[in-house]
Parts: sequence; C-alpha cells; structure tokens
Amino acid sequence: MLRFILKRVLATIPVMVVVASLVFLMLRLTPGDPAVVIAGDLATPEQVARIRAELGLDQPVLTQFLTWFFQLLRGNLGTSIFTNLPVTTLIGQRLEPTLMLSLSTILFSVVFGVTLGTLAAWKSGTWIDRVIMVLAVIGFSMPVFVVGYILIFAFAGQDRLFPVQGYVSPFADPVGFLKAITLPTIALSAIYLAHVTRITRASVLEVLGEDYVRTARAKGQIERKVLFRHALKNAAVPIVTVVGLGVALLFGGAVVTETVFNIPGLGRLVLDAILRRDYPIIQGLIIFFAFVFVLLNLLIDIAYTLLDPRIRY
Amino acid sequence: MTAPGSKPETVDQLIDHKLTAPLVAVRRSFFARYPLVVIASLMILAIALVAIFAPLVATVDPLQLRPTLRLKPPAVEPPFGTDLFGRDVWSRTVYGARISLVIGISAAVLSIAIGLLIGVFAGYIRWLDAIVMRIMDGLMAIPAVLLAVALASLNKGAANPILIVIIAITIPEIPRVVRLVRAVVLSVRQEPYVEAAISVGTPLVKLLWRHVLPNCVPPLIVQATYICASAMLTEAILSFLGAGTPPEIPSWGNMMAEGRGVFRVAPWIVLFPGIVLALTILSVNILGDGLRDRLDPKIAKRM
Amino acid sequence: MTLSRRELLAGAAAVAGAAALAPAPAKAAKGVLRVVPHANLQVLDPIFTTGYISRNHGYMIYDTLLALDDKLTAQPQMVSNVEVSADKQKYVFTLRDGLSWHDDTAVTGADCAASLIRWSKRDGMGQRLFSLVDKCEADGANKIVLTLKRPYGLVLDSIGKISSNVAFMMPKRFAEVSADTQLKPDQQIGSGPFKFATGEWRPGAVAVYLKNAAYKPRAEPVSSAAGGKIAKVDRVEWLTMPDATTAMNALMSGEIDYYEQVPIDLVPVLASAPGVKLEVLDTLGSTGMLRFNHLAKPTDNVLVRRAIAKAVNQADVLKGVIGDPKYYKVCNSVYPCGSPSEASDGVDFMKFNLDDAKALLKEAKYNGEKVVILQPTDIPNSNGFALFVADAARKIGVNVELQAMDWSTVLARRAKKEQVDQGGWNMFPTWWIGGDLVSPATQIALSGAGDAAWVGWANDPTMEKLRAAYSDETDPAKQKQIAGQVQARAFEQAYQTYVGQFFVPVGYRDNVKGMIPSPVQFFWNMEA
Repeated sequence: MLRFILKRVLATIPVMVVVASLVFLMLRLTPGDPAVVIAGDLATPEQVARIRAELGLDQPVLTQFLTWFFQLLRGNLGTSIFTNLPVTTLIGQRLEPTLMLSLSTILFSVVFGVTLGTLAAWKSGTWIDRVIMVLAVIGFSMPVFVVGYILIFAFAGQDRLFPVQGYVSPFADPVGFLKAITLPTIALSAIYLAHVTRITRASVLEVLGEDYVRTARAKGQIERKVLFRHALKNAAVPIVTVVGLGVALLFGGAVVTETVFNIPGLGRLVLDAILRRDYPIIQGLIIFFAFVFVLLNLLIDIAYTLLDPRIRY
Repeated sequence: MTAPGSKPETVDQLIDHKLTAPLVAVRRSFFARYPLVVIASLMILAIALVAIFAPLVATVDPLQLRPTLRLKPPAVEPPFGTDLFGRDVWSRTVYGARISLVIGISAAVLSIAIGLLIGVFAGYIRWLDAIVMRIMDGLMAIPAVLLAVALASLNKGAANPILIVIIAITIPEIPRVVRLVRAVVLSVRQEPYVEAAISVGTPLVKLLWRHVLPNCVPPLIVQATYICASAMLTEAILSFLGAGTPPEIPSWGNMMAEGRGVFRVAPWIVLFPGIVLALTILSVNILGDGLRDRLDPKIAKRM
Repeated sequence: MTLSRRELLAGAAAVAGAAALAPAPAKAAKGVLRVVPHANLQVLDPIFTTGYISRNHGYMIYDTLLALDDKLTAQPQMVSNVEVSADKQKYVFTLRDGLSWHDDTAVTGADCAASLIRWSKRDGMGQRLFSLVDKCEADGANKIVLTLKRPYGLVLDSIGKISSNVAFMMPKRFAEVSADTQLKPDQQIGSGPFKFATGEWRPGAVAVYLKNAAYKPRAEPVSSAAGGKIAKVDRVEWLTMPDATTAMNALMSGEIDYYEQVPIDLVPVLASAPGVKLEVLDTLGSTGMLRFNHLAKPTDNVLVRRAIAKAVNQADVLKGVIGDPKYYKVCNSVYPCGSPSEASDGVDFMKFNLDDAKALLKEAKYNGEKVVILQPTDIPNSNGFALFVADAARKIGVNVELQAMDWSTVLARRAKKEQVDQGGWNMFPTWWIGGDLVSPATQIALSGAGDAAWVGWANDPTMEKLRAAYSDETDPAKQKQIAGQVQARAFEQAYQTYVGQFFVPVGYRDNVKGMIPSPVQFFWNMEA
C-alpha cells in the first residue's frame, strides 16, 4: 500500500513539470507584449524597451524559463507585472470566493445528483427515470452564462431575496454568504449536476443487477435498505471519481460564473491577466489549478484503494 | 448486463462503460425505443440545411450595419429583432449556424484524427507511451476552458481567427481521445489473433489497419459527437469571455457576447442565439447517447 | 487654451491672503462611497503609465502644484504663489503652509523638484518643457525654482495639465525611483485628500481610499481640479465590475452608489429606475478617432487617407455606436467642440462626401491594396468605431480587412512599423477625453515628428514648425490662430479620421451629491 502511494506521488512530478513547460511555451510563443500594455498610450519605443529590460523580457526565452522554473521550485510564483504584488498574495486574496463557490457547487451537485441518479436507477424505465435523464442532458447542454443571466433576471435584484452580484464571506456574514452564493452555485451546477446524476444512475443500476443485491432483494429485504446499504455504498467509488475529475470542469465554469456574478475569485483574476498579458499571473494560476487537480486526483486514487480493496494498480 | 469481472482500464472508460447500462432491455422499433434520438437527428439535419442554404434563409445581409434600426425588438420584421449596430438577429443566427457547425465538426474531426494517431503509436511503442501519456496527463490537468481561453485570446489577431479558435478548442480535447484509443490498442494487443499476427511478422501498419482501427471506430464516433457538442459550447464560452470568433463573422457565441451588455434592454440578442445554441448542443448530445447505445461493442454483443 | 500669468498671480495672492485669514473647516465626513470606476485599477504609478484609471488613482492620493479650473486655466493648488522673472526664464513656486505627506512628514521643495523631474521623464509636455529647463531645484524648504534656457509659453499649462501624465507630487525618496520602474503598492504615499489602503487592495476586485484627515484644503470653492479638495466621506471603495449589466443591476439595487461610465444603451433602463440619477459631468466629452498609419501602404498616401476620412459620416457612426443623440455630437474640429479651442479651419478636407471620397481614391491611383483595421473587441466603443469606419471605407471601394483582437494586442500590433503583409497595420480606433485634446500641445495625435510622433508616425516638418510656434507663443489670440492652422494641416494631411464626440453619463443613487463637472472624475467634495 505504502509503495503504491509513494509511486503514485512520484508520478505527479513529471505531470507538473509538463504543465509548467507547456504553460510557459504557450505564453512566450504567442503575440502580445506586457511592456507595451503597461507603458500606456503615449510611451515611446525607447521607454517600452527600457521597461522590457526592467522586467527581464528581453532575455532569451530559455533563460527566462530556467529563472522562472527554479523560482517555481521554491514555491515562488513571481510578481505580477502590472500590480507589483506577488502572485501568491494575489492567489491568497482570491482563493476564498472560488473555493467556497466550488465547495457549494460540489455539495449541491452531489446531494441532488446522487439523489436524482439513485431515484432514476431505482425507478429505472419509468417516466421518472426518463424525465430525470432528459433533464440531465439539458443541464449538460446549457451554457453557464445563459443560465446565470436567466437566474439574475428572474430572481435577483432590489426587494428580492438574492443580490445580483458580489461575494460575501461566510466568516463575516453567514446569511449574506448564503444569499450571495445561491444563484452562482445553481448556474455553475447545471453541467456538474447532470454529470453526477448520470454516473450515479449508471453505477447504481449496475450494482442493482449484481448477484448479491438480487439475493438481498430475493430474501425480501426492504427495498430502501437494499438501495442504501448495498447499492449506494458500492456505487460510491465511481461517483467519487467523477467528482474529482469534474473539478477541472468546475474551474473552467468558475471563470464564466465569476464574470457573470462579479465574484472576485481566481477565475476573474486569470481572465484579467490574460487580457493584459500579465504572464506571471497566468502561469502561476494555471499551475495552481493543475496542481490542485493533480493533488485531488492523487487523493482520490489513494481513497479508491482504501475504499475498494479489489482495485490494485 | 456487462460481463462481470471485466475491469475498466481507465476512468473515462469506466464512465463510458457505466453509462451504457440500458434504459430498457426490450427490443422495439428504433423510433419507439429512441424517439428523442430521432427528433434530435431531424433537428441536426434541419440546422445543417439552414447552415448550407443560409443565403436563402436569411432575410438581410447579416453584416449590414443599420444605425437607424438599432435595438429593434422582435416583430414580423425583423423576426428576431436587431442588435447594437442594427444588424438583423435572425439573419445572423442563420449564418451563425455555419460557424457553430464548422467549429463543432472541425474540432471533433481534428481531435479524433490527431488523438487517433498519437493514441495508436503511444499504445504500440512502449518508450513513446511513457512520454506521450505524461504530456497528455499534463494537458488534462489544465482546466479545458481555461486552456482554450488562454490559447485563443493570446493568439488573437492572427491571420485566420476561426482556425485559432478551432485549434484552441481541439487541443484540450485530444488527451481524452488519446487515452481512449490507447486503451483499445492495449487491449487488442493481448488478443491471441493479434499476437499470432505479430509472430508471423505482419507489418505494423497493416496490423494497425486491420486489427486495431476497426476496434477504435465505434467508440470514437460516439466520442466525436460529444466533442462536437462540447466544442460548440466552448466556442460560446470563448466568445462570451471575448476570446472567440471575431465579431465580423456572426456566431451564436459572439452574438451573445455582444448582446450581454444590453441584456436588460434587448434580451432577444442573447436569448435567440442562446436558445438555438442550447437546442443544437442538446440534439447532438442526445444523438451521441443514441449512437453509444447502438455502436458500443459491449452493447452490440448483448444485442 | 491660454493662461494669463497676471491673472494667475493676482488670484494666487488673493488666495494666499484669504487662506491665511480663514481656512475653511472641512465638513464632517461621513459614510462610504461605493463606486464602480471605468476600468480595473492595476498599475498604481500614474507617472509610469498614462492609463486614465491610474491617473484617477493619482488624483485620490497625490496633489498637484497647479491645477486647471473649469475654464481650463491653471490655478495654484499646492503652491501659494508663482513668481515669474522679467525675462520669463525663471519661475519660483512657493508651497502653501501646512502641507504634509501621508506619513506625516512635511512637503518640501526638494520633494516637488524631484517629482517634477520624474514626471518630465515620461510625459510628452513634460519632456518638451524640460528640454528647455536649465535647472529644476529646491530653494529652502518651501520653494521650487525652475530656470529656463529661453522663454516658453506653456510652463504653467504643462505643470498644471489635467490629464495623463499629471505632474503629481510625491516624496523625494519615491520621486527618485526611475520613471521606468513603477512604484510598488507599499510606496503609495502622497499628500492628497485621500490615503490609499494598501492592505485592502485586491486588484481586479476592490481598491479602498481613506479620508486624509490631515489634508489642508484651499479656501476657494471647487472648480474642476482646482479649488478646495474636501474629502466628505471617510471611505471611497472602487469596485471593479467587468460586466456592464452587473454594474447596472448593482446600481439599481443600491449595492453601489456611483457608476462612473454608464454605457449609453443602458441609459433607458437606469433613467426609469427609482432612486437612480444620470448626469453628464464632462461637458468636453470624449472624441473617437481612427488613427492612420502614415508609413504602411496604402495609407502612406495622403489621398487614400483623405478619401477614407471623407467617406466617414460621423452622424452614422455616432448613431450606430452611441445610439441616443442626447449623448453624442458631430464635431468637425480636431479640438473638442464646445471648448474654447474649437476651430473651423480646413474642415472641407474632412467633411463627409462619398463622391469626393471616391474621386480622391481614384486620384490616389488606389488599386485594391489591403487596408488593415485593428478592431479591439474588448473596448465596446472602439469596436463599434472600427466596424463603422470599415463599412464606410468599403462603400467607396476600399479593400478593408478587419482584424479582431483584444486591446492588449492592439497596443502591441500598432507599435509595428512594417508593411501590412508583415504584420503591420493601417488604422486602429481609440478615443480620448476632451481634456487631452484641447490644444496642439496636449493632443499627441497631432504630432508630425516622424519616429518621435505618436504611433502612425506622421512625418510632417510643416506641422512641427506650427506646433513649436504654438508652444513659444505667449499671446492667447495668436495661439488660437496657430491652433487653427494646426487643425487645417491635420485635416489636409488626414492624420486620423475623427468619428465624433460623445458624452458618457455617470449614474448614481439619489443620496449622492457634490459631483464636480470636469473631464476627470474626482471624488473629493462628493457625499453619499
């Protein structure tokens, strides 16, 4: 077991190196020059050249990469070209809203997705099943921002329950937090919820067909008990996997959701940085996202082996 | 039911495998079994026809700027209203079908083709496998939308903007295809008839062509429809974030992006292309589900 | 725009007297003003960059030696008076009493001299002024002495200029930082009416300013950037909202108090919203233009440039991009219409006429060469301007290629001097606030200095002679005459095509008052 975990941890290192190289190459091989953006409308070419030198952007690409990479190894993501703040500080400032939005979306999706999926599997073949499955496909096909705008249009505003925009920290004002986070959560959940519902239904359906469940049913155990004790428990592994894999999907959706609802999170940070060519932020954030994703999947894999002793790699 | 004890190779496969659990086990006519699939196919056909015959279906030149007619609500004429610059939303929606379909289909075909190529060789050549799969793992670790936005917006202003969008959408899709193909290749390799073919010295290309490819085709067709749907969705997201198709070429995504600032004043600019986009993606996804039920070899065996 | 030194000095003396007698007590400040500014504050150093948002940040925390009033005349702000020697080559600025930095140290002449020098490294007018400056140094604790090599007409206009780059005063230790290095977030110390809350700054989300209780405002009433800057709220929060609909909804629901630039298309919704008011504060408005590249073919040909300029009907462009006629104005001058500098010279060269435009194109022997227009899709107005000018040019048979990109890419692309097939460009849209365009000295787009001119690189010695004459001229009437000649030359040579003037209203909750009519958004004097 320990050897497996160690092996699995070591395997994440090349992945992160690949991510770092890909991100760096992607940025440096594309047009756009932060020195020009930062110098403003009236700067002369000489001024721009001086700023470029000041930022080290006139160095050979390989030199820039190595400098950046060694800093990265020490946990230093660099300093934003525009704001002069360390990227780690910026990530720290923006982490909470994105984290809270992600958690609330996962919570919402898992609670409703597992319920609906199990219901669909249990009532397999009936109209309930069909309605749930059709809703799942619809959820899968709706652009996040369309859902967002419709929700704002319908439920938010003055004298209504939900604010139209913004983020409130749960540590400052729990009620305000719940109000502010509800609509973004629902908008972001559409795709994710559909995902979880489908996988839950399929997993539960498969388990329901297995011999021991049939035996349990045949022995006259109460349906509900069969469903919860046997079916859901065994369906947990694929569900957890989907939740983990879906985090990448979630981050992508968060960029859009944060824009629609004006949530000052990491998604907005990276989007602003892309528009301005603030290389250190873009690099730092993509690496941060990738790191979280890899770490999460590492944890899930380890949990996997603990949950289900049949699985060995 | 699927064969007990057959452990899925990858998580993706696991998902695909699970989702194939049948809705109803009884055999009936295709339409009776899959009414939604039939409706969805007809819908896709209709959109394709509209796209092909856009000049005939559109009422006005979709690019025509009419300063005096800006932000007109839907009426008999213009049927879908006009946008910020007085352009006809109906005609733009009609022409937008072209871009959506072109981007959806191109991204699907390209990612399947490239993924197939990489996947087959990765699955076959050991030393290559390790390198390729690490790169694929790296790509998959980056959120797809973020990667696409970064690629598309950083390359804006290039000579062929549509191509940039297609590439930006394709690259994040490739790893999934590679993993799928590689898994098929790995499992096919162990089959006795393939081992026999290797032992008698069948050339690699022939081997791949005769034994490996046919096994890849059905799951890839299914995968292609899903990529097509997700590509159309991603294009809309890219445009919404200001990184998609250039505004001169009407696409559902950029129409919505341009209209979102005036959503409260002129919701039709966002709603019409939004609804059409959602319906199209929905149809393609339903078609994908239908295809999977028909084409997946595991289901085929059962039938 | 002109400035009478005698008036200035007289005013200054009177003010000094009045200030000594009765310093106006600052009104009890209260409350918080929640603002959605026009852009996302990213760069904090207003000398380092020309961005308008950084300039507005500068006005919050810094003060200026001189400031323009609502007649665009320079008035004393940090100084009590300015003495000019008889030969007009020596200017002595004396600081008001009681000025202090946010770290409670006193403002000295040495601080201000260093600040002027740092500003002069970046600003166009500053560079021109300092090319004639022999010495800029402190004399004692509260005097700054500027010695010129020869008399110059725009000394006070330059130091008092209202828009980027503004000659903001900062402590010497920061003013001595190279102008090519931007000041860091923990170096935001000025002497202005607000202090920057560095710890609360979240770039892209919120910037917070706190009332500077130690600030000593002038006694005169507020007038644009001049007069007494009294902070009437304890706290100003700049909340970035990238999405116009979000900002509008937030204003309607009272989640914000003030929306600095309301997109005209949202005006009808806000106009009918209870508790929300709209107002145009900047009567000079903003002016849109498409800049020509004078080096790349075919726009290196003046006839092609003039043909395209003549094909553009401002009324159409404005109707299409701005929409509501209440908020735009056709303007046939390179200077803001309605400002004292508005002129009518040379308008025949640019008046809309499709037939003339076609004839010019023929005369130019234009042969279908590609004209590349850069289209910044993330700047709504500029995006529209590009679209409509492209449409107009196509109508006379120009082979236009619109290249869509974000503004960052436009900035990078427009620096390229190559021909269009090597990544060059022919035209790009932008807009300026009227305050930047009021004279041949402030309007950088009128420079004909070739490589040293603004991007587009108009190489026009005739123009440079006119602009030099303008700067050296001290008689306002003659200055105005020269400004007219500059305009005629700019139209004849088609430096750019002006697409008209537009006025962006501010939106605010009805509890907000004390807005200052000005080309620049100021937050002192405002109450919530």
